[in-house]
Amino acid sequence: MIKIGVPSKGRLMEKTFTWFGERGLPMARDGSEREYSGAVENHDHLALVLLSASEIPRELSAGRIHLGVTGSDLVRDTLPAWDEEVEELAQMGFGHADLVIAVPQFWVDVDSLDDLDAVCAAFRRRHGFRLRIATKYHRLVRDYLRYHGVADYQLVDSQGATEGTVRNETAEAIADITSTGETLRANHLKMLSDGPVLASQATLYRARNADWSDATRVELARLKEQLGLQDAR
Amino acid sequence: MSVFPSQAMTRAEAERLLDAFVAAGATRVECDILLPAETLLDLYGEDIRARAFITDGPGGTEALLRPDFTVPVVQKHMGSGGGTARYAYAGKVFRRQTDDPHRPSEYYQAGFELFGGDDPDAADAEVFTLFHDLLAPLQPRIVTGDTGLLTAAVRGLTTSDRRKRALLRHIWRPRRFRSLIGRYAGRLPVPTHRKALLEAADPLTAAGPAIGLRGRAEVAARIEWLRSDAAEPPISATEVELVNDLLGLEGSAIQALQRLRDLNVDLPAIGTAVDAMARRLEALDARGIDPASVDFETSHGRSSMEYYDGFVFSFLLPGRPDLPPLATGGRYDALARLLGGGRAQPAVGGVIRPALSLIEREGTA
Repeated sequence: MIKIGVPSKGRLMEKTFTWFGERGLPMARDGSEREYSGAVENHDHLALVLLSASEIPRELSAGRIHLGVTGSDLVRDTLPAWDEEVEELAQMGFGHADLVIAVPQFWVDVDSLDDLDAVCAAFRRRHGFRLRIATKYHRLVRDYLRYHGVADYQLVDSQGATEGTVRNETAEAIADITSTGETLRANHLKMLSDGPVLASQATLYRARNADWSDATRVELARLKEQLGLQDAR
Repeated sequence: MSVFPSQAMTRAEAERLLDAFVAAGATRVECDILLPAETLLDLYGEDIRARAFITDGPGGTEALLRPDFTVPVVQKHMGSGGGTARYAYAGKVFRRQTDDPHRPSEYYQAGFELFGGDDPDAADAEVFTLFHDLLAPLQPRIVTGDTGLLTAAVRGLTTSDRRKRALLRHIWRPRRFRSLIGRYAGRLPVPTHRKALLEAADPLTAAGPAIGLRGRAEVAARIEWLRSDAAEPPISATEVELVNDLLGLEGSAIQALQRLRDLNVDLPAIGTAVDAMARRLEALDARGIDPASVDFETSHGRSSMEYYDGFVFSFLLPGRPDLPPLATGGRYDALARLLGGGRAQPAVGGVIRPALSLIEREGTA
């Protein structure tokens, strides 16, 4: 029995079902709207577990599910040594979103990370505290900024409505997921020109720490064949 | 892959090292494990959150588990009036290992700090010799460096104070330093956006609503700054070459000193630091350490030992690049002055990892 964790609602769930359906594994929820279980038609040995997308990385890490579908941004931010705990089986081609750093549009003097770093230093001298970047992706953003030599800032936690923090003066800049950039523009923010911190998409992962017996390994091999996945790695 | 020694054995080794430090004239000190986070947050910035275990402390403030002993020992010293003193300590430190979960999050250190005195080069040599002699049976690879050489070279560049400040800010970030000096030397093209900004007559009109705490005046001030900076002459290619030569300098301490004297001819600003290095090597020689047996790299510790601002040293287990250094140390006058509220406070010291000295002594493969 292979347990597959999939997102429990919204477009992510629908597109996941479609993706598997196109590859001969029609998925559906069973039970009522409120129950978090599902099944794969004609595949009794595959059990669907519906979870919130943000819970899936930890379930994979703990090995409570064998496979899982979630955003690569969530896996990389939640799991410190993600590559040791999960294996990427397939990038699924939907759920694209970039994690970007955004600053007010009217900061015409800021276009790159170099500019942001200089502004952080000047801001601290002027205001006596470090420039605040609001985000929920602490690990990813901190590692990215450290790698690019940006210092003198602080991260403030924002679990939702991050785009509004600058106007509300609870932060001076943000790091958030965007797909079209519309929400940023509507909030008078712009992305830095260096490119995204991370280009995320829905990804099918294998949990390295799940119970991989001979039986489940065979099932996995058959599943991968059916999904058209190469046995790379 | 060797197994780390037991906690009991490591603690015993820490005590043994501590006894040796005390025999060398140090006063033993104990420090709190839980420290107020504010001091370290101010010193190191956001990076400390990735390195230290931060938690809720008393009175709604943040606290952290000591990532090292330096801050509490300096504060203790300042609290007892400052002056000249030698301290030794042993105990656990706590580090978040976000890059490598296999590294221990808590481990023993045994350390020695020397404050004050009026002969810093002799003090550097005293501390180095203490570590050298204590660790000699383990036949470590020894590397030394001197961040002071690099800061002196930057201060001696023919350019504005503003540009020097910007470069000094990034001494410990080799990539940023390289790209910044390249920009200042006119080697890197001015980015399109920057060019357009500088050429625009009034860039802030039609820029959109001014949201957030950073106001229009600040943006305007920076644009002015950028305009002045763009009007500055570039740093000469020759000077950049000299700085690069200095950065890449490595060899035995004797060879390095000779090379530094050569560089000094074209970089007069490093003269004081080079003389200090010569005096330090003489002091080592007088204590029985052959300067030819010690390696020197100007850039040693540049990206990992950021609070040292002068002489730095590392003792490494031979053939074990997978393990952290056996011991590290150096001079950190600027940090000590910051922690002492602006009072000048010469400070030099180092730490040993007892677990690693045990591994080497047991000859575990």
